[in-house]
Amino acid sequence: MTASTLQRPPASTEDPAALKPKRRITGAGLLHVYTWVIIGWLILPIAVMIAFGFNDTPGRYNQTWNGFTLKWYGRLFEYPDLTSALITSIVIAVVSSLLAAALGTGIGYALGRYRFTGSGSLNLVMFATMSSPELIMGASLLSLFVSAGTGLGPVTITIAHVMFSISFVAVVVRSRVLTLDRSIEEAAYDLGATAWTTFWKVTFPIILPAVFSGVLLAFALSIDDFIVTAFTAGTTKTFPLWIWGATRVGIPPQVNVMGTLIFAVGVLGAVIANVRSRQRKRD
Amino acid sequence: MSRVRRKIAPYLLVLPGGIWLLIFFAVPMFTMLSLSLQEGDIVTGYRFTGHWQTYTEAISAYQTQLVRSLIYGVIATILLIAIAFPMAYWIAFYGGRRKQTYLFLVLLPFFVSFVLRTISWKQILTDEGPLLQPLRDAGLISQAFHILGTPYAVILGLVYNFLPFMVLPIYVALERIDPRVVEAARDLYANPATTFRRVIFPLALPGVFAGVLMTFIPASSDFVNSEVLGSSDTTMIGQVIQTQFLENSDYPTASALSFVLMAVLLVGVFSYARILGTEDVMKVAAR
Repeated sequence: MTASTLQRPPASTEDPAALKPKRRITGAGLLHVYTWVIIGWLILPIAVMIAFGFNDTPGRYNQTWNGFTLKWYGRLFEYPDLTSALITSIVIAVVSSLLAAALGTGIGYALGRYRFTGSGSLNLVMFATMSSPELIMGASLLSLFVSAGTGLGPVTITIAHVMFSISFVAVVVRSRVLTLDRSIEEAAYDLGATAWTTFWKVTFPIILPAVFSGVLLAFALSIDDFIVTAFTAGTTKTFPLWIWGATRVGIPPQVNVMGTLIFAVGVLGAVIANVRSRQRKRD
Repeated sequence: MSRVRRKIAPYLLVLPGGIWLLIFFAVPMFTMLSLSLQEGDIVTGYRFTGHWQTYTEAISAYQTQLVRSLIYGVIATILLIAIAFPMAYWIAFYGGRRKQTYLFLVLLPFFVSFVLRTISWKQILTDEGPLLQPLRDAGLISQAFHILGTPYAVILGLVYNFLPFMVLPIYVALERIDPRVVEAARDLYANPATTFRRVIFPLALPGVFAGVLMTFIPASSDFVNSEVLGSSDTTMIGQVIQTQFLENSDYPTASALSFVLMAVLLVGVFSYARILGTEDVMKVAAR
């Protein structure tokens, strides 16, 4: 929709050319400025986080500005427990996003392709997992693990992350399967391909971008997760949990640097994925 | 053969993920229910006694925090609608070719860990921080003026952290509006205000509903913002549940409180889902 469709039809007695531009500048212009103000507000804490990674603070207490330095980038791995927390986070994110992608793709494909009894309740369960408070999911998982007598650690964190990621992957894959052109598959059948060959040679390559976005989404959900992780971690520390534990003793600038690097990698990845998908559309 | 395969194929595809959701989403709700009715302590162990009184005791002990959480949640949600709607409206109708870029900017906070974002706000709002210190030096605010530790700081944190979840669904709903419907309203001599009130706003309502679902629930059950930005006067129910579970190991009380909170929140969710149909809500929520 363009701006022109939103203008008031010109009153017949007045000169439309004299009236219209002014109206557009005040209404939409104000909203334009407003949008940028809110975007600025959204970016403000990120900017502060990045800036304090360059802060020449004397100790761990990183609250006031003491001048610019790059030394924290060089001393990034000074706290071994912080480094291992970051590695734990990354490993859990990789494992859980791949598992969630495998399980979620199955559900998403089935929901997009077949009509079957029970699909309604499956939709409901998925909706429930996506809208349930993380606090409740974390607490109930803890009660399961406590009742079962299993210890808490990286495995239980991974189980939890897979659980809350499955539905997101399934929804992404399902929407791709729903828009898939069935005649391409029928053409494969007509040319004598079996169902198995058709799936792997025709259908899967088409839904692969959706599976890939599902993996990225699950990875992002996992590496950022705090609440469910707090309940299922036991004594294991992930990156967000380490930061949480450090709030009382002071957060070292290395945390800001790691946050900045994760942010940079994430934004870069998203931009590259976006540019590539635009190129693919153009081809 | 092939017909049989078509019949069982969806079940084979759904089975692994379905079992995972069953064991780690559905079953834990029952174990938590059972745990809330047990008595004992962490040392001697818990036994099921069907002790319903835990619920009434937990509610009367923590009703202040429960009510406070709902009030914060409602205030944050109202503010979120007020802040997000004009922005989503502008991006949907005037964003032009840059729509995707604007949405990307709205999503930028998600590339920083939730905890880190909130701690960053603490750095900004602290008494010696970059916001208050200059104002105090200039004599514009008194020595006793604080933001941290007040309900304002907690609600600001909630609104900040959940804003993208409100902007996106409203944007999706507005973006889907057929331009011809808006043109038709104009052709019938509706002025911009009437067009907005009678045509655009009703069509945006599913988006607003989805946004409410996606923000009210996490906001009222949050414990990060009130822990980092608040004080003992702003304790929310999430903090109580977290402390009881992880620090005091009082599992029955914590489980009972979780159920009370869930009951209050889910009654709202399922009435929304019923009104709109889950399919529709999910579509809006997923895009």
